[in-house]
Order: sequence, then structure tokens, then C-alpha cells
Amino acid sequence: MDRLKEKIYKWIFTLLAFASLFFLVGITLTLFIEGLPAFQEVGFFDFILGQDWYPTYSPPDYGILPLILGTLWVTIGAVLICVPIGVGSALFINEIAGKRLKSILKPIIEILAGIPSIVYGFFGMVIVAPFIQKLLNLPVGLTAFTGSLMLGIMATPTVCSISEDALSCVPRSFREASLAVGATRWQTLTKVTFPAAASGISTSIILGMSRAVGETMTVLMVTGGAAVIPHTFFQAVRPMTSTIAAEMGEAVMGSTHYHALFGIGLILFFITFIFNIIAELISRRFRLKLGLGR
Amino acid sequence: MKNKMMFAVLAAFLSTGLIAGVYGFSAKNLTVKGSTTVLPIAQSCAEAFMNKHPDINISVQGGGSGVGIASLIDGTCDIADASRLIKDKEMQKAKSKGIDPYENAVAIDGIAVVVHPSNPVDKLTKDQIKDIYTGEISNWKDLGGDNKKIAVVSRDSASGTFEVFGELALDKERVRPDALLQASNQAVAQTVSRTKGAIGYLGLSYLSPRIKAVAVNGVEPTKSNVVDGSYMLARNLFMYTDGAPQGLVKKFIDFVLSEDGQKLAEKAGYIPVN
Repeated sequence: MDRLKEKIYKWIFTLLAFASLFFLVGITLTLFIEGLPAFQEVGFFDFILGQDWYPTYSPPDYGILPLILGTLWVTIGAVLICVPIGVGSALFINEIAGKRLKSILKPIIEILAGIPSIVYGFFGMVIVAPFIQKLLNLPVGLTAFTGSLMLGIMATPTVCSISEDALSCVPRSFREASLAVGATRWQTLTKVTFPAAASGISTSIILGMSRAVGETMTVLMVTGGAAVIPHTFFQAVRPMTSTIAAEMGEAVMGSTHYHALFGIGLILFFITFIFNIIAELISRRFRLKLGLGR
Repeated sequence: MKNKMMFAVLAAFLSTGLIAGVYGFSAKNLTVKGSTTVLPIAQSCAEAFMNKHPDINISVQGGGSGVGIASLIDGTCDIADASRLIKDKEMQKAKSKGIDPYENAVAIDGIAVVVHPSNPVDKLTKDQIKDIYTGEISNWKDLGGDNKKIAVVSRDSASGTFEVFGELALDKERVRPDALLQASNQAVAQTVSRTKGAIGYLGLSYLSPRIKAVAVNGVEPTKSNVVDGSYMLARNLFMYTDGAPQGLVKKFIDFVLSEDGQKLAEKAGYIPVN
């Protein structure tokens, strides 16, 4: 009886473990089946490098270069914001803050990660965008910069907590050795601790970037949604995610527009997939380097 | 002991599910799906209808006109809400699957062109609107306003509102690529109310003192002007059914078109069809 039970449990958990694989295969297949026709119907280069996104006109244009660049600009901006804040606060928490301060700061940063993205979007739209508009005297406040700012704040907890983990993984002996040979705290931090944690910190940055690339609701609400190739940060852009979110509901099923939206999803999937592989490679190197094994 | 409890809980869950399933089959169900513009009408009518007929269960979902029509074709909904006419391609697909989409106009929606309240411009011709949206005119001073750049705000190119506006006001010409595309009427209202040089368009029901509606070709966007046809930016809202409505579907459509149903549509901000 017990043996049978054990077997049943084993099967149940095996099944659950394989569920993720099943979902991944299902989603990937769907993306390919629904997305590939777009590349055929529009033409690979016309799709990826086309400069006009007018999917609902006749004749339509399905160029997604402005959308790819929109995503790129917003993401780069977000990285420029979340890396200094995230890595900086990780360094502070790990190296400078006392135990008490650490026990206050860490949960606060983690709460920031728990705020739903639509709340960020709403906050950005109602408060940040009008503020930026007034501050910089822009015609509209919904710009790539506004999106970057919101995404930067959103990605900060990811960057901070993974960087902090990486820093606290640096063995105590490294620091002790450095201090013992007469290095100052600053020298220890910049010459020993930081390089030792560098791969972990890079991983955190890449994961923060994938978060920014994939974020949908916030950018839909704050970036303005104009499908033009951006020339400055203070211009409205239309990232790939918000295009899919805004148009999927109304696209005629099976039309080129519908397939093109899946095609955008496919490209997004590749971008985040590459990010994940890079993050995995770096973190593997990081584990080996510190002799922590696998 | 613990294990037995777990099994008992599991069994309880399973049996409730089973009962619910059987009950679901026996109760009368109606699924309404589609345009978010029609959603408020469908929702309030469904509630009132279910109060009248407690044995009938109506589930109302949004998703967009395209989603609604696609589900009608797939047979996963009984009524598809749409803020635009069905497209040829959708019609062909339906025909090939043996579905015969039948259009029931349930309300009229007027589209108002709005600007920031501080903008001195209070009337525009259709051609001026078209020139603004296609990029021919880009400064308010060319329209008798201040020397200020026009910030063009539009709905997403896939939305029903955009489609109707594009057809009625822009003669299907392309909106300038740097126009801000907003995902909802609410977002358009929000952006225009916060941007001095903005122009946008939205459903009449979204008008508020924070934005100013302009007269189009000299006609104010009021309900009476929409009803008598003098205001040009108006569209019908539809509920598509498979063939002329029958049975339960007919009962619901009839209710939507009844005096009570039309009152609810009016309450939701739209204009009755009759």
C-alpha cells in the first residue's frame, strides 16, 4: 500500500515538474505557428526593417523597426536608471549599512518589486508624465524617457536583490585577506569584493533588462504609442509589447496583422531568450570562479 | 490520517466540480463577447435580464471586436459585440465554417473631437481635422488658435473607434506616424486634458469638463445632433448573432432593443437606435 502511494506521489510530482516543459513547448509552438506566416506574407526584411507600421490600412504596412527601436530605447534608458540605483543600493546594504538598516532597507526594496505594473503605469501617466512635461517644457509628457523612468524604478529591485546576493556570496575570507594586507575599505570594495561579485551583478543587470523588455502595461500607458523611429528620449515611442497588447484584441484572427503581432511576440521571445542564456552563462562562470561548484 | 483527510478534501472538490458541470449543462447559458465599447451596454443589459430571468445565466466578456467575431465563428460565444461592421475576410471565414453572422444594431455612438479647455479653437471643419491628423497642419495658429504645436492624439489603429474615425473623418488616409496612440477612450481624455496643444477624439460618453469638444462642420456633438444625423462622426454599435436571432439569443437581443434595454444603453453613454 505504502509503496503504491509512493509511486503515485512520484508520478504526480514528475508530472508537475514536466508541466513547465509542456507549457514552454506549447507556447513556443504557438508562437512559431502563428508568427511565421507573417515573415512569409510580409517578407523577412520588410517586416524587421520596415519603417512604417500601418497594419489596418489598405494597403497595409507591417514594418516593425520603429517598434523594435522603441523597445530598445526604453530598455536602454531603464538600464541607465536601474543599474546605478540597484547596484548602488546593493553595495550600500551589503557593505556599509549596519544590520538594523539592512533589515529595514531590504524588505522595502522587495516591496517595490511587488507593486503591480499597472499601478506603475497609472502613477506614470497621471503624475510623472505631466510633471516631466512641465519640467522640460515638452509638448507631451508621454515619452520614451517617461517609460524608461518607470521601468527603471520597476527593475531596480531585481537588480538590487540579485546584486546583493552576489555580494554576500563573496567569501568573508576575501575581504579579510584584503584588509589584512592593509587595503582600505574602499580599496577592498573596488578591487576585491566588486570584481568577485561582478558576474553576479552582470546577471542582475541582464535580468533587469529582460524585465524591462517584457514589461507591457506600464509602457502601454506612459510611452505615448507613436510608431516612429525615435530620435530623442523625449519623444513618444511604441514598444513591441504595447503594440501586441493594444492591437491583439481587435485584429482579425488569421489575418496578416494577427500573424504580424505573433511575429513581434516571436522576436521578443528571442530577445529575452538570448538575455536568459547570457545570464545563465555568466552566473555559471561566477559559480565556478568562486569555487562554489554547480 | 492526514492522507485520508487530503483524499476527502480532494473528493469533495471533484464532486463539486462534477455537480457544477452537470448543473452548467442544464441551466440556460448565453455567452456575449467582444468590443469593449459595447461592453457597458451588454453588461448592464445582461444584469437586468438575469434579474428578470433567474434561470438564465449570461456571461459577458470584453476582448475587442475582433475577438468577439472570432469567437462567434469558432462557436465559443452566442453573441459577438462589435463597434465596427464585420470585415469581408471574417465573413468568408464564417461562411466556410457554416456560420451566418447577422448584424443587430443596438446603439449609436457619437465620436467627439476634443481639445484642451484653454484652446481658443472651438470649431473645425472635417477637412481641417483631416489635415491635422494626416500632418498637413501642425500648428494651431493655422486654425485661428495660438502659435502652438499640435499634439495629435489618436486611438490605437486596431480599435473600432479609430476605424470609424478614419473612415468618417480621414477618408481612410494615414494618421501621421508620430501621433500618440492611446489604448482607451479614458487614456485619450487623460492625455488631452493634460496637454495644452493636444487634439483627440473619443466616444461622446467620455466628454467631461476637463476637455473641450469642438463643433465639426459647425455642428455641436450633442445627442440630438447625432440622432437627427446632422453630426457626421457617429457610428452604429452591433451585436452579431449566428443567423437571425432565435430562442434565448432572440430573447436577449429583444431585451436590448426594448425600451428598458435602450434606456440602459443611454445610461451607459450611448444613443438609442430608435
